[in-house]
Amino acid sequence: MGDFTAEEMTAIWLSVKVACWATAVSLVPGILVAWLLARRSFPGRILLDAFVHLPLVLPPVVTGYLLLLLFGRNGPIGRMLADIGIVLSFNWTGAVLACSVMAFPLLVRAIRLSMEAVDTKLEDAAAGLGAPPWAVFLTVTLPLSLPGILSGAILCFAKALGEFGATITFVAAIPGVTQTLPAAIYGLTQVPGGDAAALRLTLVAALIAIMAVTASELLARRVRRQVEGRDA
Amino acid sequence: MLDLSLAHRLGDFTLTAELRIGAGVTAITGPSGAGKTMLLSLIAGLTRPARGQISLNGISLVNTETKQFVPPHRRHIGQVFQEARLFPHLNVRHNLLYGRLFAGRNRIGPALETIVDLLDIAPLLHRRPRDLSGGERQRVAIGRALLSNPTLLLLDEPVSALDPVRKAELLPYLRRLRDSTGLPMLYVTHQREEVAELATAWVRVENGMVTADQ
Repeated sequence: MGDFTAEEMTAIWLSVKVACWATAVSLVPGILVAWLLARRSFPGRILLDAFVHLPLVLPPVVTGYLLLLLFGRNGPIGRMLADIGIVLSFNWTGAVLACSVMAFPLLVRAIRLSMEAVDTKLEDAAAGLGAPPWAVFLTVTLPLSLPGILSGAILCFAKALGEFGATITFVAAIPGVTQTLPAAIYGLTQVPGGDAAALRLTLVAALIAIMAVTASELLARRVRRQVEGRDA
Repeated sequence: MLDLSLAHRLGDFTLTAELRIGAGVTAITGPSGAGKTMLLSLIAGLTRPARGQISLNGISLVNTETKQFVPPHRRHIGQVFQEARLFPHLNVRHNLLYGRLFAGRNRIGPALETIVDLLDIAPLLHRRPRDLSGGERQRVAIGRALLSNPTLLLLDEPVSALDPVRKAELLPYLRRLRDSTGLPMLYVTHQREEVAELATAWVRVENGMVTADQ
């Protein structure tokens, strides 16, 4: 199989970097939105739910194109961000945005499910002991939904690692800048003699994904033991 | 002294109550579905009454005329439920001290040791709720409520989930509590005999009507 070329290594690291950032920036908003959907009733709740799930049902290309329209150099948000020195289009940070948006529904779903499973009677008990709503969230709801938050984060990471359509539409696949692992694999399958390299990168992608999922499962098991109070 | 006069509807069920409750243990009895739990939920602030007012020691908790409502976490009302509702991710000690996090400097209640001795739970302090028996869990739940330094304690069928032996084990602790703290308690049960020895006053709830009972 031979060694990886510098370009392949760059694509691998870029993908890992983008997936890590996408997970990091999505986590807090993901927890917040999941909590709103799981515990609050407000006008527009159904709309928020639908909006969050949109990237899951839209073709990724469409999501990427919408991002380009909004966050591109001439997009309304893109121009505002450019004024304060943040450029997303054709930049790796744009890949982070595209991956975050695409992975967000999975993250929210996992967290929301585990929050809905937290017994509201425990939250009432906490309030009865003097805990204001923010403290009930931090000391009861959040720790008890930690297993779901963890698996949501890993799902988000894995999805971000494999995201292709929205990313390539929004930021293209510039080698060394925005060419992530899936984009590099796709590129290699389009040129003669690229098969061996494509296969190498495919194995890397599979390896990273398996490691992430295994690590999350082990971690989630430990956390679940901790949360449910079984002695580890 | 708890003072309440209110009416509340849920579907086609209406609860009306006019009550003054003082120190000691007030037993609230009545068949299932009579509105006992709704009454407690109104007092604790988990439900807003459609109409009426509640005050505790002269401080108004809710008044629908003036649209005033004190949320549950500012009412200083301790609650013990049929299921202990201990926090599964905290050990017994941290469950007991939970209310203290929010008590504020001038509301520090009884010492942990005092409550631990009162309820004989010293050997349990480092255990997790799931490793406790039903009776032990209830004692911890009572201790947790007491350590939040409440001005009123609500007990909603606190021994109903226990078998007769555990039940008989727990009742003496409640008697000890009554005699050593002077904390006013509302004890809800559908079995009169259960509180016969404990109660100092009686309230009857039937078909949504709350009446003092002799």
